[in-house]
Amino acid sequence: MADIRTEVPGPSRFVLPILGLIALGLCVAGVLVLYDPQGGPNLLASIYDSLGNTSGATALRNGSGDQVIAKLLLAVIALLVGVGGIWLLFLLVGGAVGLLQAKWRDRILPWVFAGPALALLAVFLLYPAAGTIVRSFQNDKGQFTLANFAVMVEPEFTQILRNNAIWLIVGTGASVILGLIFAWLFDRVRREALAKTLVFLPLAISLVGASVIWTFVYAFQPAGQPQIGLLNAVLVGLGGKPISWLTTSPINVFCEIIIMIWLQTGFAMVVFSAAIKGVSGEVLEAARLDGATERQVFVRVIVPMIRGSIVTVSTTIAIVTLKIFDIVFATTGGRFNDDVVANRMFHEIFQFFEDGRGAALATLLFIAVLPVMYINLRNFRRQQVEG
Amino acid sequence: MTAPAQPIQQPKARVAAWRPAFIRSVPLRLSVFLICFLWSVPTLGLLVTSVRDPKNITTSGWWTALLHPFEANQWTLSNYQTVIASDGMGNAFVNSLIVTIPSVAIPITIAAFAAYAFAWIPFRGRGILFTIVVALLVVPIQMSLIPILQIYSAGNLYGSYLGIWLAHTGFGLPLAIFLLYNFISQLPRDIFESAAIDGATHLQVFMRLVLPLSIPAIGAMAIFQFLWVWNDLLVALVFLGPGADVRVLPVALYNLIGSRGGSWHLLTAGAFITMIVPLIVFLLLQRAFVRGILAGSVKS
Repeated sequence: MADIRTEVPGPSRFVLPILGLIALGLCVAGVLVLYDPQGGPNLLASIYDSLGNTSGATALRNGSGDQVIAKLLLAVIALLVGVGGIWLLFLLVGGAVGLLQAKWRDRILPWVFAGPALALLAVFLLYPAAGTIVRSFQNDKGQFTLANFAVMVEPEFTQILRNNAIWLIVGTGASVILGLIFAWLFDRVRREALAKTLVFLPLAISLVGASVIWTFVYAFQPAGQPQIGLLNAVLVGLGGKPISWLTTSPINVFCEIIIMIWLQTGFAMVVFSAAIKGVSGEVLEAARLDGATERQVFVRVIVPMIRGSIVTVSTTIAIVTLKIFDIVFATTGGRFNDDVVANRMFHEIFQFFEDGRGAALATLLFIAVLPVMYINLRNFRRQQVEG
Repeated sequence: MTAPAQPIQQPKARVAAWRPAFIRSVPLRLSVFLICFLWSVPTLGLLVTSVRDPKNITTSGWWTALLHPFEANQWTLSNYQTVIASDGMGNAFVNSLIVTIPSVAIPITIAAFAAYAFAWIPFRGRGILFTIVVALLVVPIQMSLIPILQIYSAGNLYGSYLGIWLAHTGFGLPLAIFLLYNFISQLPRDIFESAAIDGATHLQVFMRLVLPLSIPAIGAMAIFQFLWVWNDLLVALVFLGPGADVRVLPVALYNLIGSRGGSWHLLTAGAFITMIVPLIVFLLLQRAFVRGILAGSVKS
């Protein structure tokens, strides 16, 4: 093992920290520019002023002129500050703590390393989660109430909860089962990599983008007019009547779930495919020798042997479908009896200004993920004990 | 296994004698082809429509254009010019870059330091703190929206790039810490012991040993976080808002659905602009991405 310390020659022992502090100062200035909504144009205007281009500077300050250049300047600052600043902070503080006595250093250093992460988790997840639970039991005046949960039994909300349950069961179930079947089929063809890529690709597409793609597949024109949506064109071609897929309840819920299945099946398939390749060839050969067909080998041998992967994939997809927002928001806005919890929550907060109900809906989602949290923690504990 | 080779060969040989392998595999190959076709057709329709002449789009299905692909006058790039210039997709593209790159770099840096501390620096409360990280993995983002929005309104962070970087950092941290911890904690113990004997500090060990060795895990996590941030609608909508000067691609596309609902030539072009970067990243780095998925899901 080579010595990984560097011998710091005399002068740079002082030069490096000073340069670091100067850089940190610049980063702070950069953050201030970014914090100011007009920071980009103002900074560019000052630069123009110092270059003697007064008319350009005035135009920028009035919200016109080279706004694009101002934006790109902001982007460069964002990159330098965002990427460089955080490293600088760790290196400077870590270096400074390294100069302390060993006793203090060993006590402080772990908190320098883990502290920023823990602080951010506390601010962005722990504190808000507690705040949301508290808020769900309060009315607008901050008094205790159960009204936010009491409305959940009204038909308007039971339908939302029912839709979410359909999403959870159909979305997760279909993605997992299709993922399993595809992994099993693709495992036995020659162009496996290409086939997998094609099914896996939608995972890179945003849910809004996928919603546009599928809204186009579901596009509807009244009977008699040319159908530009693929699904209705096929339906009419087969002699049927066109259907307005996304506005007809209850099929619209399933049409939206199909978008999710299209996205998530690739994820399930990739994990299952790796798991299937991990099943010992001898076991499969033994089953085939005993006269099992390929289908029986799959159902009776492969599926039970990759049970662990099936549970992990199912819980992962279940959590994604439970929180589904973008698809409903972008396709119909939940206006055709197809609303779900996360979409309704958004509208409660930003449209109806009912934060209490919004908090109650979020809390319901939180309660729904608790079993998965329990499974994860149990698995983690087990792993710690074994490892 | 000492089973004789002969019985293994026999059943296969018998079947193959009257049904050659390539005919037997026809239903299998046909179904694989059908699956791939079904999975690709929706995206293909979007792509084809985005380069068709607008006046054809509403009168005939996109597949009819493929029947006579060499009629040059039915193809056009003007749909892209329109959405980029007059519908602000170009501006949104720059905004997405400004939002995404720091939102990937900052959480991964912070998570890497934290993962190293959780894996290799003993400190009081380490076990319980890491258990909290694992628990936070599944807490819905919806639990954070209302309180963070209040903080942001009070601190003037609403609608600022700084605010959304911090939000994406906070929301991305649990998975980043968890994945990087899984990797860093599996590094061989010897290298840390010999480094300690050499008198290296934790900062030196982290910079010179752990980071270079963890590049596969960091790369996989970077791809995850990139796809998540670039494709995110909810966080951007809530904390950055729909204002034209700051909105990112998914928000801009959502606005396009509202304002240009029936204009498929613009919607499809706009949607493809939002997809192009993640698709390239994904196709180039597919292997690293798959490795990351497997590290994140199979092990746990």
